[in-house]
Amino acid sequence: MAVPVISVSGLRKAYDGVEAVRGIELEVMPGEVFAFLGPNGAGKTTTVEILEGYRKRSAGEVSVLGEDPERAGRAWRERIGVVLQGGKLEPYLTVAESLSLYAGYYSAPRPVEEVIEAVGLGGKAGERAGRLSGGQQRRLDVGMALVGDPDLLFLDEPTTGFDPSARRQAWEAIAALRDIGKTVFLTTHYMDEAQRLADRVAVIAAGEVVARGTPEDLGERESRPAKITYREHGREVELETTDPVATLNELTGRALADGVELEGLEVRRPSLEDVYLELTRSP
Amino acid sequence: MSLVWHQLRYDQKVFWRNPAAVFFTVAFPVVLLLIFATVFGDQEIDVAGGIEITTYYVPAIITLATISATMQTLAMSLVIAREDGRLKRGRGTPMPPWVFIAGRIGNSVVVAVLMLALVAVLGKLLYGVAIPWERAPELLLVLAVGAASFSCLGIALTAAIPSQDAAAPIVNVILLPLYFLSGVFIPEDELPQGVIDFAGHFPIRHFFQAFFDAYVSGAGAAVSWGDLGVVGLWGLGGLLLAARFFRWTPRTG
Repeated sequence: MAVPVISVSGLRKAYDGVEAVRGIELEVMPGEVFAFLGPNGAGKTTTVEILEGYRKRSAGEVSVLGEDPERAGRAWRERIGVVLQGGKLEPYLTVAESLSLYAGYYSAPRPVEEVIEAVGLGGKAGERAGRLSGGQQRRLDVGMALVGDPDLLFLDEPTTGFDPSARRQAWEAIAALRDIGKTVFLTTHYMDEAQRLADRVAVIAAGEVVARGTPEDLGERESRPAKITYREHGREVELETTDPVATLNELTGRALADGVELEGLEVRRPSLEDVYLELTRSP
Repeated sequence: MSLVWHQLRYDQKVFWRNPAAVFFTVAFPVVLLLIFATVFGDQEIDVAGGIEITTYYVPAIITLATISATMQTLAMSLVIAREDGRLKRGRGTPMPPWVFIAGRIGNSVVVAVLMLALVAVLGKLLYGVAIPWERAPELLLVLAVGAASFSCLGIALTAAIPSQDAAAPIVNVILLPLYFLSGVFIPEDELPQGVIDFAGHFPIRHFFQAFFDAYVSGAGAAVSWGDLGVVGLWGLGGLLLAARFFRWTPRTG
């Protein structure tokens, strides 16, 4: 049985009497991409910073690569890579120099040329970081986290503020990480990002995990009712049903018999977005 | 340590590629020397028994260049790195945090020594101001104490600077008036004694005095221990404040 790379139980963090994280439990297994999904202010960054060793927790047990991040030393830091939210690179260093600088911090780094290719910046080695596009800078950022050859990568909101093409580039880089056997812990408030990239997801709202699972079975989507909508004689009708096929059969059978037009007939299964919005709606 | 050397190499690259940093730290002091020498011409001033005004300004400009390379550069570049998240990012790596600071101090010292050489040579070539070779050890001692102390003050100052935009205004509002009051811009024989006494509460005046005494023969003892001691104490205060108040994480966002 595989040992979890990250293991958290009963995690709590309070600032000035306000609890930002209220009892979180989760496990991340080796080689998976785990997404921590939730709206802004839900406690994602606080949690990930506790896992990265930047913040002390108020209560609970945390084990990352077998150690407590609060007490971990240099050897532990050799095995993790961190990409901060909204971090900006040194603009005057080139891509190759940024990577060489970070490579020098680790005892067994990967060759810089290899990392440049791995993050899709081939041909840009001599380009100054300040002249790269947003998507390219984030790839370089991921490269800097990767150059130390860590086992575990933390990505905090990796595509916030990106245009669609930059997001796609970033997603490719992240998906490639799993292909080379890295474990990735990613936080995001983008539904589609979690759906696209993650093997498993935990949804956090107001400091607590409200749902967990694979993107497909999250929130037991299959068992939630589908919605059928149409317009009859100008009137909007919306039906909820857990057996859409049977209901549709009834509906269309009746409409045909009566010669009635059902305009704009639509069947919608709850998307992960619907589930997400429902789970994270403020009470 | 080789880690500091590794960090220092990259900090040097970054420094020399930044046009604003190079201008203000390297070109500006040279330009000031040229302006003062041209404006004041061949006047003599009543300091150290009567010297040419250019003899006064060479050590004055070196003093300014040292403070610029250390306190000003460190305060500004550390605030920028802090607010960009790069200091926090660095703490996520296996590097001990002090290495990031040591690399930047090393960078400042390299630039300060370079400026000493540059301004001293220009002073000699353009204005015939003698370079005090025989007092080189004392000169370097004063420079070392000044560079170390003003580095600590620069690091401590970052705690009082809330954002990247505030960095230049805060640093300049502190340094520029003090340069005037300490006799770095205006020759001290033109300043009222009250102004000089007031400036004596701050380290710039004392650093200038100590450096001047070491540079200009006949100005006084080669090493003005009293002045050097005051500079050192300020540096120590800066070190303690920095240890207590320096932050690695951005204040904004």
